[in-house]
Amino acid sequence: MLVSNVKGVEECDGYPLQLEIEEMRTEETEFNAFVHRMLPKVRYDALRIAAAAAGCDLPEALDATDEDALRRVHTALCDVHVVKGALVCPKSGRRFPINNGIPNMLLHEDEV
Amino acid sequence: MPITRPEETGPPENFYDVKEARKYTSSSRIISVQADIADRCIELLNLEPGKKKFVLDVGCGSGLSGAALERAGHEWVGCDVSRDMLRIASEREAAAAGGGDDDDDLVQHDMGLGLPFRDGTFDGAISVSALQWLCYDNDSRQSATKRLGRFFASLYRCLKSGSRAALQFYPESDAQATLIASAAARAGFAGGVVVDYPNSTKARKHYLCLSMDRHAARPAAEEPRRARGGVVVAGGGERAPKRRKTGKKPAKDRAWVLRKKEYQRGQGRDVKDDSRYTGRKRKDRF
Repeated sequence: MLVSNVKGVEECDGYPLQLEIEEMRTEETEFNAFVHRMLPKVRYDALRIAAAAAGCDLPEALDATDEDALRRVHTALCDVHVVKGALVCPKSGRRFPINNGIPNMLLHEDEV
Repeated sequence: MPITRPEETGPPENFYDVKEARKYTSSSRIISVQADIADRCIELLNLEPGKKKFVLDVGCGSGLSGAALERAGHEWVGCDVSRDMLRIASEREAAAAGGGDDDDDLVQHDMGLGLPFRDGTFDGAISVSALQWLCYDNDSRQSATKRLGRFFASLYRCLKSGSRAALQFYPESDAQATLIASAAARAGFAGGVVVDYPNSTKARKHYLCLSMDRHAARPAAEEPRRARGGVVVAGGGERAPKRRKTGKKPAKDRAWVLRKKEYQRGQGRDVKDDSRYTGRKRKDRF
């Protein structure tokens, strides 16, 4: 799920944030319509990069009718939980640590 | 003694510590109040019925409002500044995950710094008792107006066009409510503050209903609920002292009783329905 968050994140005009993983776990969840609703909201190229960091291989271009590809997207979006790691802004190099599966996006007042 | 507002004691990440966070799982009163507010927020969002939506919960805390979103069948992403509250939320979620889908995410972030989400991500946003925290400067570098401005500008960006936001908050004064509403208007939102139960200090709730649509009508405030059918508690053997016969009209006649009942309804209290027995004089049996 966090991967979808990574997609949603934009900081200091830096996007997408790079995902660094120290610890992760995979939980099987039921494949459902969630993927279809979620797809228009995420940038697929960014999702692919993040998924690659998590060890999921996604096809280069996505065909919405391809069931197998959609299942792989679902695995990347829903089943992979990054427990510990960091998100790194490509532009400023700012690191946002992830602990217990919760990314810490706090900035200091003078960084805004 | 005046009620102390937690907002005045310091920054929220210090106030919502382990001890305070535990209250949000153990106190049934806090849980029911939060759930009620969250349900009302979802109602004010006016989402298309029967469709799963992607909703942002600002100041999600321990995820009580998120639970209400789940009940309404929506997916949500929560954002809160307190680590301890988020830990409770993720524990609660992990416990619930066995029973169904957990498509929810948590992010630790201060809303006063601008929300860290991509443009047009969410179909709506709710917030329960969080907005008022933005109105206090907790260190010399913070400025309430700047923080409010940043929050609303980023909220405007991360919502999909045409979506709404329903944010419940506890303003300290009318001036503070106006400050928050004007900050929202400056960010480009239409809408305003809806006050439920305006006659009661206790039940009064402020909801900031924001919409992208400039011509959207502001939703109506909740009317005081009519008396619900409840259990009738039998009165004790207490008898009113006998009135001396003076020929004067009693001060507490039927009109007085009806007036008082109407006032209490206005406060949102449980009041029995009016009937032909209301305010009726008892028979002079003795």
